[in-house]
Amino acid sequence: MSNIMNHNGAAMLAMMGKECVTIGSDLTFNTGMQHQGRVFKVFPVTDKILLGLTGLFSDCQTFYQNVMYEVKLLQLKEGREIQPQHFGVLVAHMLYEKRFGPYFIEPLIAGLDEDNKPYIANTDTIGCLTEPDDFLVCGTAAEKILGPAESFWEEDLEAEELFEATAQALLAGIDRDSSSGWGSVVYTLTPQKMVTRFLRNRQD
Amino acid sequence: MSDGAYSYSLTTFSPSGKLLQIEHALEAVNHGNSSLGIKATNGVVLAAAKKLAPLVDETSIERISNITHNVGAVFSGLSPDFRVILKKARKNAEKYRLKFGEEPSAKVVATYIGSLMQEYTQAGGVRPMGCSVLVAGFDHKHHVGELYQIDPSGSFWSWKATAIGQDSLTTKAFLEKRFRADMEIDDAIHTAILTVKETYDGVLTENGIDIAIVGERQTGQGDSAKVTPIEFKRLSVEEIKAYMAENE
Repeated sequence: MSNIMNHNGAAMLAMMGKECVTIGSDLTFNTGMQHQGRVFKVFPVTDKILLGLTGLFSDCQTFYQNVMYEVKLLQLKEGREIQPQHFGVLVAHMLYEKRFGPYFIEPLIAGLDEDNKPYIANTDTIGCLTEPDDFLVCGTAAEKILGPAESFWEEDLEAEELFEATAQALLAGIDRDSSSGWGSVVYTLTPQKMVTRFLRNRQD
Repeated sequence: MSDGAYSYSLTTFSPSGKLLQIEHALEAVNHGNSSLGIKATNGVVLAAAKKLAPLVDETSIERISNITHNVGAVFSGLSPDFRVILKKARKNAEKYRLKFGEEPSAKVVATYIGSLMQEYTQAGGVRPMGCSVLVAGFDHKHHVGELYQIDPSGSFWSWKATAIGQDSLTTKAFLEKRFRADMEIDDAIHTAILTVKETYDGVLTENGIDIAIVGERQTGQGDSAKVTPIEFKRLSVEEIKAYMAENE
């Protein structure tokens, strides 16, 4: 528990489907070996972009505030919403700006662009951007979610199937990680709406 | 050193509420070589007269410059002042690209140049820019051209077609008569050449004019129709010559 990235604990997973994306996260908030309470780790950026933040939670909150400053400034200046692809570059840029005194966070981005093309991405603490076309894992439970996610994910899943795959993989992973848990939340983003569902997993 | 009245901006309101330095800067613009911009259905055309002393090598003069791949600018007035604007606008555009992963639109570039020009009317130790700028770009998402004018005061606005510099009133009146909303890039180039010719002192040759275009080109018909973007580019002397021959 000496690694600052594992101090607060988190399990996060994003999946890409057919004109839909999901992002699932646990709710735990620890300080080292002690459990403190529950927090939300997925934040809204626009109506069609969600930003999940794992790592040191204080840095997550500050980074979210700073990135929203840029997003809202762009909205005001240009009168348009930022697109997920450009948001990914912005996040990476802002993290690399702090290359030698980094935020201890690993962000996960999920969104739909103006043509409703799904987009998911994550970066490391200094903004190395990864933009896959299947799924992404993050947090202390990352390695434990990865296996289930590989077996549950399929190409071109519809929103409901994608939610099911995300929830199953997330729950399976969380059960094998003592640093994450205490309930989960899965957001399903489609062109029409965003659905928020809470999962009751083991409460220990 | 920074004490006393001389550390203040020279641009101070006159009792009648005018900023004389800015009005004088506009006068510098009106003495400069004329430039014009025309929006077409599928792009934007910029053109500028190159009226130089007889022995100057015209090929060394670039009146129109690109700022990004899809945005370019032309100026009337003091060319060294424009060079400063160009350098800063290019740097700003590259910063934008680095930050957001896409190039800024013409509106973003025009807004930036506007802010820059305004700063030079208020900051200490500087004078206003002695040039007006036309910024042209193309919005490939919505398939519309963008054409902005920025003045030394920092104010900027959008035109369907306009002219700045020497004889700009005559040129604008000419453009008002010639402008058609359904013109394509090729027609707009012809109109641009005719318009420059109208006020050009002497015989206009392909070396006496600078032309640049930005937009898109449609190729094929029906199902095989394809729209390909045209990045902002200056026409070569040969291309200008060909267009002028068509005009004869």
